[in-house]
Order: sequence, then structure tokens, then C-alpha cells
Amino acid sequence: MSTGEAVTFWILVWPALVGAIGMVLARNAIHSALWLVLTMLSIGVFYVLQSAPFIGMAQIIVYTGAIMMLFLFVLMLVGRDASDSLIETLRGQRVAAVLLGIGFAALVGTGVYRALNQATPAGLEQANAQGNIEGIARLLFTKYVFAFEVTSALLITAAVGAMVLAHKERRKGERRGQPETMRARFFPGNYPGPKPGPGVYATSDSVATPGRLPDGTLTERSISKILPVRELTSSESAPKGTEK
Amino acid sequence: MIVAQDPTLQDFGHDPWWLVIIKIVAIFIFGMVMTLLGVWFERRVVARMAVRPGLNQAGPFGLLQTLADGLKGAFKEDIMPRTADKVVFFFAPTIAVICGFTALSVIPFGPMVSIFGHKTALQVTDVPVSVLLVFACSGMAVYGIVLGGWASGSTYPLLGGLRSSAQMISYEVSMGLSIVAVFMTAGSASTSQIVAAQRSGQPINFFGLDLTAPGWYAILLIPSFLIFCIAAVGETNRAPFDLPEAESELVAGYMTEYSSLKFLLFMMSEYVAMVGMSAMVTTLFLGGWRAVPPITTFWEGANSGWWPLLWFTTKVVLMLFVFVWLRATLPRMRYDTFMRLGWRVLLPINLVWILVLAGIKVLREDVDSTSRNLILAGAIVAALLAALLWPSKKKPPAPTLEELAKSRPAGSFPLPPMDLAVPPSPRARRAVAEREPANVGAAPEGEQA
Repeated sequence: MSTGEAVTFWILVWPALVGAIGMVLARNAIHSALWLVLTMLSIGVFYVLQSAPFIGMAQIIVYTGAIMMLFLFVLMLVGRDASDSLIETLRGQRVAAVLLGIGFAALVGTGVYRALNQATPAGLEQANAQGNIEGIARLLFTKYVFAFEVTSALLITAAVGAMVLAHKERRKGERRGQPETMRARFFPGNYPGPKPGPGVYATSDSVATPGRLPDGTLTERSISKILPVRELTSSESAPKGTEK
Repeated sequence: MIVAQDPTLQDFGHDPWWLVIIKIVAIFIFGMVMTLLGVWFERRVVARMAVRPGLNQAGPFGLLQTLADGLKGAFKEDIMPRTADKVVFFFAPTIAVICGFTALSVIPFGPMVSIFGHKTALQVTDVPVSVLLVFACSGMAVYGIVLGGWASGSTYPLLGGLRSSAQMISYEVSMGLSIVAVFMTAGSASTSQIVAAQRSGQPINFFGLDLTAPGWYAILLIPSFLIFCIAAVGETNRAPFDLPEAESELVAGYMTEYSSLKFLLFMMSEYVAMVGMSAMVTTLFLGGWRAVPPITTFWEGANSGWWPLLWFTTKVVLMLFVFVWLRATLPRMRYDTFMRLGWRVLLPINLVWILVLAGIKVLREDVDSTSRNLILAGAIVAALLAALLWPSKKKPPAPTLEELAKSRPAGSFPLPPMDLAVPPSPRARRAVAEREPANVGAAPEGEQA
């Protein structure tokens, strides 16, 4: 580890750790996501430090830039003040989660350890012999091309599945375009103009007062449908004691 | 002949600390000055296009207006909304500005020069993935906008932030794919190497004809260039894609609740991002800091020393002009048409174009000339046949106006007769004749007498 690498590591290790802990502890979902962004950014820089600039940048662009942005998008739709409730809906869920989490970490750790125990590292010089991007590209498009394509097929399947679940298919005639809307508007029997406004009289100019048509009849079309029908109670309609 | 010295990747990372600081400060000043002049430039150009004088009060040609606005803005009261998320509200504009300036650090401004006897490239630094760094910065800058919108704690900013995040995800895909074509052609993802790769045209053999392909990727990869420019406008939230701050719908979008310096930071981040994107277009597609060919034919030293800084800045200003021109010309797009443009037009075109480009590259490098010509001829014949034999849909003849009027059902809204000729009103004719000329008062005094 060179000096610069060590200095950068010891500076960025704290944001990475604090971000990870903050992500778990934060109450607000958006704050949690932001802490995770901090951790991911620091990890991206760690990759760059360890002579893997492409992975580092891909980490920042893909995870921080796109995936976390999607997370934020969804969280914002949920609402700003939606915090986690502290009531356990499943009994013993937290304990089980902690135990299973530790178990999973142990499994992955031992698996990786056993897989890499006998392997001899080739070294950065050899891995980056023809340049970092070129090295990754060569591996991805020769040795691992099948795994790569299968992964992309999996992702596309997931995306198409999500679209099928969420997308509402409309038949051709079901959605009314502008010409159809206009035709319906001017079709005989439909009055194409705006609705009349509410009545303005000497006794009342409330929006709940129906307007009068030219022939003198009151029209219900002049009153908004969302207005509740309301009558004053006797105490409300009694004269207020102003001349005392 | 003085040969322009293209820096290689090995030339970076050896500068002494004072040189690095000088370069960083210079980049910062470049960004600030371009912002100050950019606002002035934009307002002058938009005014000129709208046949107005524009800025002309503070300083010569109104040059100091931006400075005055900035000073005034800085002394305004800083209002923090009661419902705001204090920390995020504070940090959002700084994120946007920092990302904008960081992107400038890998832009090549010129070739190797000598600064205080030290040979160095006119570029803060370069890494093998520097284009991706710019890309990452522009992705992170959107966090500023999205978080600013969210932290304001009111509806319109939130809607602006949401729009911005969706917009950025959609357009970054198109942008990334158009950069792929550049990577494939230049064989590198480092900005200085991409500039070096556009140095001169490459010879190509086309059916026995020896031609020279243009060096600039703007001509060589014109679909990528156009898509990149469109995506860059979308990514910087500029008109006609300024939906996150659409003032006719969302007040001011994500910056509605911002005031004072924080608002200025958002303004600055927008212009710095614009400068960064223009610099990126210049670097990736317009030959970077190299002079345009007619200059280099007459003057061989145009590409060495400090002169490239001038060519680079000129190209950037030209790109900024395009941004302003777009704003002055095009109305804002509707949100759904905008999304459709990104996903259904730009993305498929880009994918097909990359496929074609890869095919061309394989044909050029791995196939001998006879079979290459055969394949090319086959492709051209197939395209022609497809164009000729494509089944065309017969349109029924459009009904005339009379037929349309007759086909309306009984009881329809009344129409005036189709052949109605309105006679001119005699009153109107008299009024026109008796009216005094409107500019009587404006006539010179000698003629009045």
C-alpha cells in the first residue's frame, strides 16, 4: 500500500462505515438511502484505489447514479414523513433477522475463503497488462460471455415481467384521442360550451346557489358536484348579536 | 513544423503539488467566469432573437449584470422553510455544484505546455476511464436537484425532483450508448486519448476507392453525436427539456423554496453543468482542443503551445450558443412525449447504430476486400429491395368539406352555409377613411408646418 493509497483509505473508511451504520439506524427511508449512497461512493473510490478504475466508475454510475436514484424515486412517491413504525408485526422477526443475517454472512465468508484459499493471486500487473477496461472486456466477451448473456437475459425477463404485471393494456378503441373527444363534444345531444356559472343574486352569491337559465329555470349544471348539500342550522341562521 | 504534443496517459500524475493546485484553481476560475459570462451571453442572445435590446445597463453591453445579480442574491435573506429537512436542504445545492466542477477536471484544455519550466498537459488529470468519471459526475449532480426538491417539503419542488430523477435515468441510458460508439472508434475511454484519436482522418477503401474518413467524430459518428447532444440537453435540464423547473406548471420546480446563496448555487450548477457538457461534446465529437482544418493549413503552429486553449473555448462557446438557441426557439416538451422520445426513439436508434458500427468495424478489420465488397453490395441491394417492396398502405381519399358537413347526424351543432360571402360593412369603410394617421406626432417638425 503506497502512502497516498493509505491516506485515502483511512480518510474514506469512516464515511463508508458511518454510512453503513447510518443506513441501518436511520428512521427516515430517504435518509437511509442517502447513507447507503455515501457508503457506495466510498466503495467506488476504494475500487479505483485498488487499480480497478472501471469497476469503481461503474459502481458509482450504476449503483449510486441509477439504482439508488430509482430507490429515491420510489421512496419519494411514498411520502416525505413516512417513517418506519417500531411495532413488530411478526413476533420475533428482529431476532430471526439478526441470526439469519449473521448465518448468511458466515456462509458467504467461509465459501469465499475456501474458494480462494488455494488460489494463487496473479497480481495487478498481470490483470491490468493490456489496460483495465480492455482486460475486463476480454474476459467478459470471451471466457464469461455465456454467463454474462444469461445474466442479461435474467434481468430482461425480470424487467419484462414487471412491465407485464404493472402495465395496463388498452385496446385500440378504448383510449379516446383528440379527434374522438371533439366528435363526442359536438355530437347532437351534448352541449359543447362550458357549463353555466353559479347564480349571483342580491340575496346570495354563494357557489352553492344555482344559476338561472334564460327561460327562468334554475339549473343544477351550474353547481359543482363536489359541493355537499348543506343547510344552516337555526342557531347559525339566527341574527348575530351585533347591535347590543 | 511544430508538432502538437498529445499527452499520453503516462504524462499524468507526475505534476508537483503546486502545479496541481494551480490547475485546480484555474479550472474553478474557468467554471466561474464561464458561468458569469454564460448568463450574460444567454440573456443577450435570447434578447437578440426576440428583437429586444437585452442587458445593457450595468457595465459595457451589460457585462456586469450577472455580477450585480450575484452580489444582490448573496445578500438576500436566506429562508429555510419550516417543513424542510434541514441537513438535506442545506447540502443539496452544494452537491450539484461540486459535481459540476469535478466533471471539468478531466476535460483536456490543450496539449503539453511548459508552466514555470515544468512540462505538463493542460488538463488537471486523466485516467483510463475519465469519460466515465464525467458521466458519474453528471449522474451524481442530479442528486442535488432531486434532494433539493424532496427536502423543500412542499409539493411543487417534490414534483420537480421526481421529474428530474426519471428524466436523468432515461437520458443517461441514451447518452451512455452514444459514448459507446466513441469508445469503439477511439479505442480508449480517456479524454486525452479520444482527442488524440480525432487528430487526422483515417484512410478507408470503399469499392476500390481510397477515401479519407473525417477525423471528427461529429461527422464520422453523426448519429451518436446528435443523440449525445439531445441527451446532454436532457441531462442538464435545459429547455426544451427543462421539465424539473417548468415555471408554467411547477412555479420553479425543485428550486421553488430556495433563496439567497443556495438559489445562486443551483443557478451556478446549471451553468457549470452546461459548460461541462459543452466541453464534453467538444472533446468527444468536435476534435477537442485542435484547431479547425483551414486554420491548420495556413498556420502550422496553431495546435501547439497555449493557442489550443482559444480553439477549445471557441468550440465550447459555440456549443453554449446551441444550448441558448434551443431555449430561444423550442417550446417546452410535454412530459410523456419527452419520455417517449428518450425510450422509444433515441434508445432503439442508438442500439441499431452501435450494431451497424460494430459490423462496419468487423468488415474493415477482419474480412478481406472481395468478400467485404460482396457483403456491402448485398446489404445495399437488400436495403434497396426492402425500400422498393415495402408494402405501402393505401389511404382512402379524404372526404371534402361538403361531404363532411352532409354526413353529420340530424340535430348537430348548427353550421353557417359553406358559400356564405360576408359583404364589407359600409360603416367600417367610412371609419377607415376618416381615421387620422397614427404617427402624426412622430413626423419631423419641418414637415408639420
